[in-house]
Amino acid sequence: MKIVVMVKEVPDTYGTRTLDLGTGLSERLRSEPVLDEIGERAIEAALAYRERGHNAEIIVVSMGPRTTTATLQKALAMGADSAVHIVDDALIGADLLLTAEVLASAVRKIGDVDLVLAGDQSSDGSAGIVPAMMSELLGWPNATGLSSLSLTDSALTGMRVSDSANVSIEADLPAVASITETFPEARFPTFAGIIAAKRKSVAKWSLAEMGWVPATEVARSIMVDVSARPARIAGTTIHDSGDAGTQLARFLIEKGLV
Amino acid sequence: MGSTILVQAEVSPAGIFAASTARLLAMAESVGEPVLLVVARPGTCAAVAQSAGSVGARRVLVVEYEGSTGQLTVPTVDALAIACAHVAPDAVLIANSLDGREAAGRLAARIGAAVAVDAVGVERDEEGIVARHSVYGGAYSVASAATFGPLVVTVRHGALDAQVESVKQPDVELLTAAPSGTRAARVTRVELDDTTSARPDLRGAARVVSGGRGLGSAASFALVEELADELDAAVGASRAAVDAGFAAPSQQVGQTGASVSPQLYLALGISGAVQHRAGMQTAGTIVAVNKDPDAPIFEIADFGVVGDLFAVVPQLIAELRARRN
Ligand SMILES: Cc1cc2nc3c(=O)[nH]c(=O)nc-3n(C[C@H](O)[C@H](O)[C@H](O)COP(=O)(O)OP(=O)(O)OC[C@H]3O[C@@H](n4cnc5c(N)ncnc54)[C@H](O)[C@@H]3O)c2cc1C
Ligand SMILES: Cc1cc2nc3c(=O)[nH]c(=O)nc-3n(C[C@H](O)[C@H](O)[C@H](O)COP(=O)(O)OP(=O)(O)OC[C@H]3O[C@@H](n4cnc5c(N)ncnc54)[C@H](O)[C@@H]3O)c2cc1C
Repeated sequence: MKIVVMVKEVPDTYGTRTLDLGTGLSERLRSEPVLDEIGERAIEAALAYRERGHNAEIIVVSMGPRTTTATLQKALAMGADSAVHIVDDALIGADLLLTAEVLASAVRKIGDVDLVLAGDQSSDGSAGIVPAMMSELLGWPNATGLSSLSLTDSALTGMRVSDSANVSIEADLPAVASITETFPEARFPTFAGIIAAKRKSVAKWSLAEMGWVPATEVARSIMVDVSARPARIAGTTIHDSGDAGTQLARFLIEKGLV
Repeated sequence: MGSTILVQAEVSPAGIFAASTARLLAMAESVGEPVLLVVARPGTCAAVAQSAGSVGARRVLVVEYEGSTGQLTVPTVDALAIACAHVAPDAVLIANSLDGREAAGRLAARIGAAVAVDAVGVERDEEGIVARHSVYGGAYSVASAATFGPLVVTVRHGALDAQVESVKQPDVELLTAAPSGTRAARVTRVELDDTTSARPDLRGAARVVSGGRGLGSAASFALVEELADELDAAVGASRAAVDAGFAAPSQQVGQTGASVSPQLYLALGISGAVQHRAGMQTAGTIVAVNKDPDAPIFEIADFGVVGDLFAVVPQLIAELRARRN
């Protein structure tokens, strides 16, 4: 089984996320870049599958700025076999479809992939759309938004949690799967893992090396306006001395909120 | 020609239009002429037309699809692609649900169109349709547009309250769609999630009461539900509360959960981590109850109570009940 895990580098979510008001782009350098947590859970799911005694080659793929090469070391230290970093100035500010086109073309270039495993939603763009787009571009089923996943050599089954229903699905491989936060947290790399990662490689691919040229008949999403809203400020805070519930009720009633 | 806005009807598994459909039609009407697309089982055209009129559709396209319940995403996308070819819309509006946004993504990839995700509004300027987004928990307002061609827009739940008047005799056109044959996942079982049906839907609710790790146990989390029912509010939760099993994943509010913008948001035993705030800080009024005076939730609360929620909340409930009687 050849599994490609899609992981994005994002600004650490514990910092304040900011947009550059000139370009509208996410300001990655304000906070430390990290692997997206949901992508780490996807790596964990692939590693856990292999540890259950299955044969699996695990390749991590990420499209992102130069810093991503270093960030991907963690994926290798966790146990992934190799990593591909797609980096090209032409991709700065890439929209969803461009991102999906480039990632799908990387999957084709890797070749003989059985499963693309992604997060359901990144923590910075949080569109929740790239995996579905990739499945369309590859002509594969989308087995997405899964809270559980089991694999055989030729098919997968899983539970998809939509807004109104829990849906059991199955798909023949190759397929694109995406997982939700209900999947287990990722392991920490061990010391042995960190040492082993030094002998593994992060391949850097430019668009030219991938032989990929953007199609002119595909439309792009552009930002036409970005503005910051004033930050919220604190109102009244009271310390409970026995009647805070009553005071709170009064506040809600006076404000016409109940 | 060219001002058509295609709206994808969200139909519940029971065959009823979701509330989002009426809202999307109203949004479409503000920038062009809405055409409602319904994917239906063969032979149900007349019934569909009737109920489409009741949510305000004047023009309806029905694509009959034999196997639409058995396959994931692809049948909807096949229908959307056919409808786009038929009416050449300026924009396609789709609800930003899991099913909706994935259909939007596949459609955009298939026809080479730009997508605007999680929009809270649409506008029209000289160049065409512009989508409005509220990003990073409302800290920024962003407008996006397509370089050319239709803009595929997924619309946030509860982004708009408006409705259009119902239509007696909508103009219904039946389109036949040959399936694209694109490989799809198969749906083998559907279990409707009716756990929260008695309460308002979290996204779009006017009032939300959320509980965090401070509730301590699944049993004590009932206090959050009791207050919510008293206020006719939806129930939300922090990720820590969801992880601990106090609440269902669909109740999570925050960066990786629901984004809510109610008139009133009550946070009980929630510290106010940046990822939680990202999903609720655009609420009209924020109330927080937390025993830690330094909890970051107080930085954005309009009314904060430093105290034990197990003392404050029962008193609040009693007070509200007394007032009602
Ligand atoms: C605030 C904000 C709003 C945006 N709105 C729009 C919009 O309306 N329309 C639009 O076209 N673009 C938009 N973008 C740009 C879009 O976010 C980027 O194209 C981004 O690279 C991919 O989208 P995502 O992070 O939202 O992906 P999601 O669809 O949320 O990602 C899901 C999964 O796909 C995989 N994945 C996604 N990106 C990568 C990657 N670079 N490398 C490896 N795996 C990846 C990961 O497994 C991830 O967990 C927006 C960006 C920001 C910051
Ligand atoms: C990538 C990523 C995405 C995330 N997405 C989300 C998200 O979508 N939503 C989300 O909520 N979190 C999210 N988180 C998690 C977030 O960082 C916090 O861990 C989480 O919000 C904490 O939940 P909490 O406030 O319930 O718990 P805690 O931070 O443990 O806070 C519990 C609070 O309860 C108070 N308390 C305890 N007992 C009482 C009492 N008797 N009376 C009054 N107060 C009491 C305590 O003082 C404390 O402030 C995300 C994290 C990451 C890394």
